[in-house]
Amino acid sequence: MSTAVTTAESIHRRRHYLNADYGIRSWLLTTDHKRIALLYLFSITFFFALGGLFAVLIRLELLTPAGDMMTSDTYNKVFTMHGIMMVFFFLIPSVPATLGNFLIPMMIGARDLAFPKLNLASWYLFMVGGMFAMYSVVTGGIDTGWTFYTPFSTTYSNTKVIPAALGILIAGFSSIFTGLNFIVTVHRMRAPGLTWFRLPLFVWANYAASLIMVLGTPVLAITIVLVFLERAFHIGIFDPRLGGDPILFQHLFWFYSHPAVYIMILPSMGVMSELISAFSRKRIFGYTFVAFSSVAIAVFGFLVWGHHMFVSGQSVYAAMVFSILSYLVAIPSAVKVFNWTATLYKGSVSYQTPMLYAFGFLGLFTIGGLTGLFLAALGVDVHVTDTYFVVAHFHYIMVGGVIMGYLGGLHFWWPKITGRLYPEGWAKLSALVIFLGFNLTFFPQFVLGYLGMPRRYHAYPEEFQVLNVMSSAGASILAVGYLLPLFYLLWSMRYGPEAGPNPFDARGLEWQMASPPPTHNFEQVPIVSEEAYAYHTAQEVPVAG
Amino acid sequence: MGFDLPLFPDQASTMATRVDYLYFYLLAVSAFFTILITAMLIFFAIRYRRSRHPHAVPIEGSTKLELAWTGIPLMIAMSMFVWAANVFFAMNRPPRGALEIYAVGKQWMWKFEHVGGQREINELHVPVDRDVKLTMISQDVIHSMFFPAFRVKQDVLPNRYTTIWFRPTKVGRYHLFCAEYCGTKHSGMIGHVVVMEPAQYQVWLAGGAQGGSLTASGERLFRELACDTCHRPDTGARGPDLAGLFGKPVKFAAGGSAVADETYIRESITNPAAKVVEGYQPIMPTFQGQISEEGLLQLVAYIKSLQTQKPAEAPGAPPAAAAPPPRGTQ
Repeated sequence: MSTAVTTAESIHRRRHYLNADYGIRSWLLTTDHKRIALLYLFSITFFFALGGLFAVLIRLELLTPAGDMMTSDTYNKVFTMHGIMMVFFFLIPSVPATLGNFLIPMMIGARDLAFPKLNLASWYLFMVGGMFAMYSVVTGGIDTGWTFYTPFSTTYSNTKVIPAALGILIAGFSSIFTGLNFIVTVHRMRAPGLTWFRLPLFVWANYAASLIMVLGTPVLAITIVLVFLERAFHIGIFDPRLGGDPILFQHLFWFYSHPAVYIMILPSMGVMSELISAFSRKRIFGYTFVAFSSVAIAVFGFLVWGHHMFVSGQSVYAAMVFSILSYLVAIPSAVKVFNWTATLYKGSVSYQTPMLYAFGFLGLFTIGGLTGLFLAALGVDVHVTDTYFVVAHFHYIMVGGVIMGYLGGLHFWWPKITGRLYPEGWAKLSALVIFLGFNLTFFPQFVLGYLGMPRRYHAYPEEFQVLNVMSSAGASILAVGYLLPLFYLLWSMRYGPEAGPNPFDARGLEWQMASPPPTHNFEQVPIVSEEAYAYHTAQEVPVAG
Repeated sequence: MGFDLPLFPDQASTMATRVDYLYFYLLAVSAFFTILITAMLIFFAIRYRRSRHPHAVPIEGSTKLELAWTGIPLMIAMSMFVWAANVFFAMNRPPRGALEIYAVGKQWMWKFEHVGGQREINELHVPVDRDVKLTMISQDVIHSMFFPAFRVKQDVLPNRYTTIWFRPTKVGRYHLFCAEYCGTKHSGMIGHVVVMEPAQYQVWLAGGAQGGSLTASGERLFRELACDTCHRPDTGARGPDLAGLFGKPVKFAAGGSAVADETYIRESITNPAAKVVEGYQPIMPTFQGQISEEGLLQLVAYIKSLQTQKPAEAPGAPPAAAAPPPRGTQ
């Protein structure tokens, strides 16, 4: 593996996927998984910026208790769009649709995904979904919260529920197709010799997330169709006045939306395994445990939706079952954290930017995961559910975890994607600023939540102000942290020094080809004879601990 | 505005102490693991930095370690589960003899109705050191009754009664929030619970009654709606006699049975054809949309009172026989 391809040719003279063809058409009609990954990269960056703008508005409003910057109607629309944009159009597609799309075929020695045209169609569906969601914003907005709880969303809200819901429905199909494509690709297109237990853990994690996308997203689609039917024709599925059951919606919604958290976080966990291994120059400690913990999380993740509903009026016994299962799903996540930590032991650790993001991930994910124990604990959950404690918890997991994984991965593979290095100093600064800004933004919210401040409050009692001001201050630091990579990564695309095929001296098939890779990745199908993380030289014999 | 940075909420009910003890246990475990993992990360990262440790030692893994760090967290997690489930059970079991108060949530206010007929909006007066049970329903969307100082919360649903109970331990004025997002003025749907000394509470009760007790209002409504033309004690009546009905199992004409609770009685008024009692014809008209949620509560309270065959409790009667206190904190 260490015989990496070295090419003296400049990236301008060599043909690769970026300069293989020019013009808008060549991008909009491409079936190259790498180009599609870049289409996703640009579009989710756009949606992230939009969602971030809404977040800024929320934090500005909450600087004062009075709720005097915008009307409560506007505020409700703003936090709804923040949630919809971030969850459905950034967090869910983030790592799988960009890094997954770019890397999975290369990591398994394939020339493309199994269904390249379906891959392009997925991106179009994603964009059409995004357009519907934005249409609902410009034509008046939607105020149901991203959770669309009935009967508020079906009967009482007078806002643009249907276009927003349609947008999510369509984007959901994009997610299903991407998952399907990954599953078939991993099953059918691995290079000779690349057995399941030689796969990079990034592939395992995306594979597990794909299972959830394919099995869970259809339930979301059904739920949204039911909301649509109820709203348009008053059939009486969710509205109790028509004989429906408002709690049924919550069951259906969380049956998808809880596993969706794992669609977001599993691929980031996959990135972590790659980064920690590469920057401590070691195989991941307990590879099979880490691989199987991804699958365990995916499976258990489907059994815990009811923990969102401990005070909804469901039976005490149902609550007990969901509580105990929630504790069980926490265990494989804990196992991963211990394994990553143990990987550093006797490693050769370097602190390049992707590794700093990995450290950031471990910090945020640990806090997010441990606070999940508070929410699984029935007696405490009753007090903290629907308060800022929950807001803080899911931001630590979903946003902290995903952003750190996403940005860490983006930096790690940036030289592979663009052929150029990013400026290391600026990049380190961004990792630090994001970590500090994130904690200042969301840690005070745990305190606010235990004090009892409910979420989705536009105005609040005065004693909560200091903590809210801290959080808003943190958000402005966080915003700077997010803007930094936007600028220096764009800068590096033109001015960054050329990277060469393997600037980090990492293992894995994707590092054996030129950067940026040629259109068909491999001149000939590689034959794999080693495991994914063969950092030890041939002379050294692996020690079984 | 002064610099006001509260870090811990008021502790004003028996449940608050129970929840807080569990919370401290969870905090201690979380702090331990956060410090452990952070310390190991920092130690390894410095000890094995590349400049000092250029060659990594290949280590495959260790099944023993994996089993340890799967098993130990699992056991800790199970201890949390058991303790937390225990507290949860207590929250969901209102003690007998609790002071009953009714609540209706609507966009965007809380309405309370005391047994004596006292009504209040966004404010709830209760006596200290007495179990209080709220029976709640929503007139429109899902709301959630949340008393941070008492550490209890319960969603308030349309079409179905839910309950929440607490035993205040400290006189004072505490927040009452709606915790489930319910539309435009969700954040305005807040109020206060006022915990009073029993004597003061009596004074407050005496000053607030209007229009007779809850059961009296229910009885009047029962007659106004002519319910008594069918629901009579004589054998030839077209509807079942309601005396002694509450809390008893009822057999349905279509098979099956259920205990006649608040939700069943309410459903029988708004949707009488749904669960017809065995031996009767489905001839009762629906009263859906003709009675407000408050009116339904009065009817339910009246039918409940028929059970004991005693005159309705005098409004604001002092806690005659105080209910046994719930088990102490752990």
